[in-house]
Amino acid sequence: METIYLDHMSTNPLNLEVLSAMMPYFKEDFGNPLSTHPIGAKAKEAVENARADVASLIGAKPNEIIFTSSGAEANNLALRGIALARQNQGRHIIVSKIEHHSVLNSARFLEKSGFAVTYLPTDKYGIVDPKTLQKAITKETILISIIHASPEVGTIEPIAELAKIARQNNIIFHTDAVASAGNIPVDVQEFGVDLLSLSAHQFYGPKGAGALYLREGIRIVPLIYGGIQEGGRRAGTENVPAIVGMGKAAELTKKYMDKRIDHIKPLRDKLIAHISKIDNVYLTGHPTERLPGHTSFVVEYIEGESVLLLLASRGIYAASGSACTSKALRASPVLLSLGIPANLAQGSVIFTLGEGTTEQAIDYLIDIFPQIVARLREISPYREGWGEKEVKHV
Amino acid sequence: MADKGVSVKFLDKPIEADITTDIIYMMCPMHLLTLQEKLKVLKVGQVLAILTDYDGALEDIPAWCVKTGNEFLGIYEDTDHYSFYVRKLKE
Repeated sequence: METIYLDHMSTNPLNLEVLSAMMPYFKEDFGNPLSTHPIGAKAKEAVENARADVASLIGAKPNEIIFTSSGAEANNLALRGIALARQNQGRHIIVSKIEHHSVLNSARFLEKSGFAVTYLPTDKYGIVDPKTLQKAITKETILISIIHASPEVGTIEPIAELAKIARQNNIIFHTDAVASAGNIPVDVQEFGVDLLSLSAHQFYGPKGAGALYLREGIRIVPLIYGGIQEGGRRAGTENVPAIVGMGKAAELTKKYMDKRIDHIKPLRDKLIAHISKIDNVYLTGHPTERLPGHTSFVVEYIEGESVLLLLASRGIYAASGSACTSKALRASPVLLSLGIPANLAQGSVIFTLGEGTTEQAIDYLIDIFPQIVARLREISPYREGWGEKEVKHV
Repeated sequence: MADKGVSVKFLDKPIEADITTDIIYMMCPMHLLTLQEKLKVLKVGQVLAILTDYDGALEDIPAWCVKTGNEFLGIYEDTDHYSFYVRKLKE
């Protein structure tokens, strides 16, 4: 049975050119970048080259890139590091309700530590209204963090417009661009953001490598103290192979992003057009302002987890809700915040496409998905009494 | 690395510096590393200001100046950080 991987938002296979670039740093060029001898110097040079490549992908200067172990660490550093650095100026933070858990839970941690947090609602597509943001700002607001694109519903936020409001009010603005950086053009100057998180494995780089863009001149309190790595802002001996991989992946992405988008966008649209035709199956997120390889649906009367099991039995690997929500087997908070009822939110199914996705694979999914839905509905205990049309707004 | 006898001179007001570097929230040894790096960029006679909230710098920076033959001009205590002033005396 052929395997069809449609879970690219969870992670991507490592690009082979990236793997080749990383290999020497596991073996012959194993040095510690802080060592002053030639082996250390070679590792240091590789890290700095990678920094320049990552900076170039997002329109930043190399000294504005802090390498981290993941996008989650970058988000934690942004939220906690800025809040602590600016707590004397105010103790209010604004985030949206559809943030990733690494932002939401950092905000909750700060809330427990005495900060006030406003969780901004979105419209039914997951878009944060700039007017809502403007209204939420107080004299105490020191930080706003709004996700660039949702990994769960694919919606892309009007980030430049939101960041502009922050700037007009002299408030630091962070965006979690883990789902978007490498998939669509991301430019920190164009967006006008002060901080931005990204992760290598979202653009065919290795896991274990992330980065935080921190605009020059902004103070941050480190999460990890120790040595002088990353200018003292993130201690710990660098994961040199992973950082090199991130740099190479950034370089290749800059080169091939347009081609990747041109390949997956028509497939995405074809999939949405067909799946949306099935009775009581609804697209979640914005119909057009969404990531090019992202499709997400809710299927009425059945649970997303059941759909995933049957899809897997046919060789198709997809996702339901955010990864941890899926494990917790409860309705996704993101879908609930979009106003989707809990019973319907449980039927979440996400197909995310990548550069290796073929039209044949999409056609196969289009062919078997209605059969899977029909089969599960036949045995669904929820079928009766769930026929009310209160969910039509989706 | 503090040497006994190095005087810690506090200033009433900040000094105008040629280069100012902000390492607030950065811990040891970023203050000494930054001092070394920035002095390389400075010309002889120019003044460097280092902004830090690291208490260890109170001993380390004046002592470092004595050891390296640069002039320690003093410390200005701001509300939440110190500003250290160093004049480069030699290449």
